[in-house]
Amino acid sequence: MSHQQDITRLLQGRSFIELSARERAHSLLDAGSGRELAGPFERLYSPWLSAQGIVAQADDGVVICKGLLDGQPAVIAAIEGGFQGGSLGEVGGAKLASALELAAADNRQGIPTRAVILFETGGVRLQEANLGLAAIAEIHAAIVDLARYQPVIGIIAGTVGCFGGMSIAAGLCSYLIVTREARLGLNGPQVIEQEAGVAEYDSRNRPFIWSLTGGEQRQACGLADALLDDDSVLIRQQLLDFIARGLPEQPRHRRSQHMLQRLLAMDSTSQADAASARQLFQSGAKL
Amino acid sequence: MSQPSISQRGRDWFHALCGSAPLQQGLPPSLLVADGELAGQPARYIAVVADPHNPFERARHGEVGLLEGWALAAAIDAAVQADQQQTDKRAIVAIIDAPSQAYGRREEAYGIHQALAAAAAAYAGARLAGHPVIGLIVGKAMSGAFLAHGYQANRLLALNDAGVMVHAMGKQAAARITLRSVDELETLAASIPPMAYDIASYASLGLLWRLLETEQPDQPTPADVQQVRTALAEALHDIQADPQRDLYQRLHGEHRQATRRIRALLQGQWSEIGG
Repeated sequence: MSHQQDITRLLQGRSFIELSARERAHSLLDAGSGRELAGPFERLYSPWLSAQGIVAQADDGVVICKGLLDGQPAVIAAIEGGFQGGSLGEVGGAKLASALELAAADNRQGIPTRAVILFETGGVRLQEANLGLAAIAEIHAAIVDLARYQPVIGIIAGTVGCFGGMSIAAGLCSYLIVTREARLGLNGPQVIEQEAGVAEYDSRNRPFIWSLTGGEQRQACGLADALLDDDSVLIRQQLLDFIARGLPEQPRHRRSQHMLQRLLAMDSTSQADAASARQLFQSGAKL
Repeated sequence: MSQPSISQRGRDWFHALCGSAPLQQGLPPSLLVADGELAGQPARYIAVVADPHNPFERARHGEVGLLEGWALAAAIDAAVQADQQQTDKRAIVAIIDAPSQAYGRREEAYGIHQALAAAAAAYAGARLAGHPVIGLIVGKAMSGAFLAHGYQANRLLALNDAGVMVHAMGKQAAARITLRSVDELETLAASIPPMAYDIASYASLGLLWRLLETEQPDQPTPADVQQVRTALAEALHDIQADPQRDLYQRLHGEHRQATRRIRALLQGQWSEIGG
């Protein structure tokens, strides 16, 4: 890309990553249709953080916006990566789980509410450990329920990425949109290094980490459906395309027999790299 | 670095509860699956156990890893499929003794999050399809391992014992991530119930349907087994008498007041806005 193109691109200012969770939600919904539920003026502070000397936030880092997508009812649950690493505690977890459950209840009453989850999260908030974990189990339950009626679409833009129990939530989504900045993995690099040692996983080696868990690699492996530039307009268009497509024929998580066979057939003694992962997923049918 | 010690509890309770029922073939040795009975009704018992020869070396201590996640999904989906035409769906009993998910390079590269999603989706799908799903925690129920194996159950039961633990992360790693010492973490855990590592604090969150007293959780006596069987049967009947198949029953805990308040608020505002 030329210098002039770089400048033009910068001036267009359509970055999605640079937006806050609240701005992201509104940028995706039909213009002017978004209404925030259980918003910051309700002052829903975490009851557990202040007792630990941590400043709480009035929305607990989760933004729920109800509105329209292409004229159809939708709810967007956006996690704010800038607050406590996007971690989910009792309050934010309850907001997210409840919003998804209400969307499923709408569908049972004939209202075709869709849900979009903006993942920017390290997973369970360790300061609220078991209540975060419980809420994440409830989020999983709600996604599985809702995805019977409408596609549930996940977006991982970056820069926090999507880890822990919420990476499992991403794996339950009907469609997943990522950027190159995104990372998707069960365990955060620091935790793996702590548990398995630096030879197994060097949390400071960023190219290594992106090569295994970055958006480009995940899309190449079929663990995400679309890899997009950091562009709000493109991301919104892709979101609308996935909604129009309806439920996927076979969700990623329904490939157990195929994946078991592939994993048992592979050489598990050699250490993994990006190429061996692509080989695992690309041989045979698309995951 | 930490090396978890290998627990036999999951294996022992699995065999104690399903007796002589034959093991399902064609699954990795780290997954025990058998069709037995519960209260005279068909039930599929499932445990994840340590396999020292697991081809994935980071999953040799009973962790839920790549094979375990996908195999759990396969074993549960098979039961759902087999009972598709039945009005009475077999119960699924998850026996939980899992020190953690598997932490490793292969695991991340090969999409362990997707394997665990497959297992969670299979359990949730079974529950929604009308299978009574019961989680019995006999040892550790840690983080991603628990999310994949048991946390989607209609009812959760746990042995009341110091060896039983539910948590999001082991102490060392949790201390590192939250920039605290292990001592500081333990001090906080003593006054913040959701952070605590003991099962009584966990019970105060309202997530358990019942806490069970046993004499020998490590080597269950016949009386222990009988008592757990009775509790499982009661859980089964409780589920069958319940028209709801969701997880609403976990929301009533003493230390989940904020959860209830937020859910009520969101529900009210949701209907105010309308479609």
